[in-house]
Amino acid sequence: MTEPLLKVEGLKKYFPITGGMLGRVKGQVKAVDDISFYVNEGETLGIVGESGCGKSTTGRMLMRLLDPTEGKVTFDGQELTSLSASDMRKARRDIQMVFQDPYASLNPRHSIEKILMEPLNVHNIGDPKERKRKVHEFLEIVGLSSYHAKRYPHQFSGGQRQRIGIARALMTNPKLIIADEPVSALDVSIQAQVLNLMQDLQRDLKLTYIFIAHDLGVVRHISDRVGVMYLGNMAELADTESLYEKPLHPYTQALLSAVPVPDPDFVREEVVIKGDVPSPANPPSGCRFHTRCPFKMDICSQEIPRFAEVEPGHSVACHLYEECRPQ
Amino acid sequence: MDERKTILDVKGLRTSFFTDDGEVPAVDNVDFHIRQGEVLGIVGESGCGKSVTSLSIMGLVPSPPGKIVSGEILFQDKDLTKLSDKEMRQIRGDDIAMIFQEPMTSLNPLFTIGNQLREALKIHKKDWSKNQIQERAVEMMKLVGLPRAEALLNEYPHQLSGGMRQRVMIAMALLCDPKVLIADEPTTALDVTIQAQILKLIKNLNERLDTAVLLITHDLGVVAETCERVVVMYAGKVVEEGPVHTIFNDPQHPYTRGLLESVPDMRFKKERLYSIPGNVPKPGSIKTGCKYAARCEFAFDRCRVEDPELYQTAEDHKTRCFLFDPKEAKPNDRTVVES
Ligand SMILES: Nc1ncnc2c1ncn2[C@@H]1O[C@H](COP(=O)(O)OP(=O)(O)O)[C@@H](O)[C@H]1O
Ligand SMILES: Nc1ncnc2c1ncn2[C@@H]1O[C@H](COP(=O)(O)OP(=O)(O)O)[C@@H](O)[C@H]1O
Ligand code: SF4
Ligand code: SF4
Ligand SMILES: [Mg+2]
Ligand SMILES: [Mg+2]
Repeated sequence: MTEPLLKVEGLKKYFPITGGMLGRVKGQVKAVDDISFYVNEGETLGIVGESGCGKSTTGRMLMRLLDPTEGKVTFDGQELTSLSASDMRKARRDIQMVFQDPYASLNPRHSIEKILMEPLNVHNIGDPKERKRKVHEFLEIVGLSSYHAKRYPHQFSGGQRQRIGIARALMTNPKLIIADEPVSALDVSIQAQVLNLMQDLQRDLKLTYIFIAHDLGVVRHISDRVGVMYLGNMAELADTESLYEKPLHPYTQALLSAVPVPDPDFVREEVVIKGDVPSPANPPSGCRFHTRCPFKMDICSQEIPRFAEVEPGHSVACHLYEECRPQ
Repeated sequence: MDERKTILDVKGLRTSFFTDDGEVPAVDNVDFHIRQGEVLGIVGESGCGKSVTSLSIMGLVPSPPGKIVSGEILFQDKDLTKLSDKEMRQIRGDDIAMIFQEPMTSLNPLFTIGNQLREALKIHKKDWSKNQIQERAVEMMKLVGLPRAEALLNEYPHQLSGGMRQRVMIAMALLCDPKVLIADEPTTALDVTIQAQILKLIKNLNERLDTAVLLITHDLGVVAETCERVVVMYAGKVVEEGPVHTIFNDPQHPYTRGLLESVPDMRFKKERLYSIPGNVPKPGSIKTGCKYAARCEFAFDRCRVEDPELYQTAEDHKTRCFLFDPKEAKPNDRTVVES
């Protein structure tokens, strides 16, 4: 078997909570708490979960825009977590990010040409003439035109700005793109355009995606495999078909049953969960989902369930499946 | 035929903003009605005029620069556009209430939940005793499914989660038994599991209290799940209107059809999504012809010069598209020929 392009082992991020007059550390937000997964070359791994479950923090750690508290990230055979700052900068040529709000990440005073040129300058790719040619080439690739190069971000619609965000991520010919809610702010008709564009680019440029989103319909559409996060943990991870057709974790079941479906005749199987997501500063003991789980058992509040494979390619962290696992 | 009587009737409503670029008709000759106890959905993409429609009904269009230019909003035979500010305030408290996407903007962070509920009640129930008011506040908190009702009344908005705040807003809106509840994207800021709870609550209250609900959303899933009838808006206009089953199973307007096909459905995987070309237009930017013509795969010459009207295609189904103009060759004839 070939090595995965990206491998994540025991990744954690704790943010200190400071307070009081002396700014002492009062506690920790366990934003990401011990997650492991891998991504194969050329595939799309979707990551879903409700707001605050640690999706963005995970994405940012993979690129080391945030340093992990603990854990190991290996990309293309290289351990990113032990690289020096300057080596990490070089590695970023191969890993790029696309954000939800391209407007916030595009300098309003720079022309599109300047914005797209910047990654080439940073990584010292090509001479000025080649750089310019590349800007025009990528504008066309993402469905804009070369005359757009002279314009400024505010002159574009939300969908066009996201195309610019994607073009910028592509400038350095990366292998992996981490897209954090890339279509969440877009209207349905524009969202479909951007999703199709991302699929075309993946095929043509052999890209690997990590696609972070809260919309389960979008994630099913784009992903080969999907991981479901809850309160900083990976609750379940499987190939898309198994996850949606045969979800094992009670949280995944509840999440899927809550998604409104555009079909008034659809009769859903309801898995009702009560209440809100608890605070990651003070997560529940044992299984973090036990405060809302309809299948909670005594063991659930005492022991943390292991995240392990229960069927080939299908991993889950839940005591209900303890007997299914290899010991 | 639905026998329930019409409670709110919007006729030819045009609400514009007067900006440096001239008049922007955010809501452009909009017609629809809501029956007593009905859940009507208004669906459309951002900027199509959904919120301005609801603000027009509530008499809350920011003015200047906004203004209701023409049309009528008939509520129990009164034209709301003709009422004084004072009369409108009375209507807002007693008859028509509204909840918004972000409850934090309509709750005062400096006062407790109880304080705000009691103040709102006092305005409309001037003869009630302190006890009556407190009892009613507790009762409302329980009605919207909030736990520990008494204790919660002493807490401040920021101490509550987004879902709980939205429940408080619903309680506040229902204090005086309104006949119509306008909910403008009430679950858009919430996570799906919480959204499911809130939609269930709204439906449940609609059934128990017989309050008509105008549910405004961009989410077709939310419409399918919650509404009886649907109004689809595009660029300030109603482009289609009909019962929810008809709109989803037999959509007529090319925009409605395109929109439905663009949504990734969580239940199955399509190889490729249908995508409507082009961008959502700014209101007022398209001056002549059908507002959808630039994006429409069926557009023909007439569409670029003439503005289609809302054609009645069945007793309860209307579509703003020349393909359904009885004077044009019927689209049904075409499909018959093809198949
Ligand atoms: N810089 C930070 N400092 C403190 N807490 C943070 C910081 N960034 C994120 N968090 C917290 O970490 C948790 C996970 O956040 P995030 O990764 O943004 O979640 P998601 O993207 O899934 O919505 C949240 O509780 C959030 O408040
Ligand atoms: N305060 C305002 N000033 C100027 N124009 C406005 C204002 N509010 C809304 N509009 C215009 O009205 C249009 C419709 O807005 P709105 O009803 O909020 O859309 P939505 O369907 O997203 O709720 C917008 O595209 C905008 O052009
Ligand atoms: S471990 Fe227990 S509480 Fe957690 S999801 Fe499984 S059954 Fe529910
Ligand atoms: S009137 Fe013409 S352009 Fe407009 S929706 Fe119908 S076919 Fe398309
Ligand atoms: Mg996020
Ligand atoms: Mg709105």
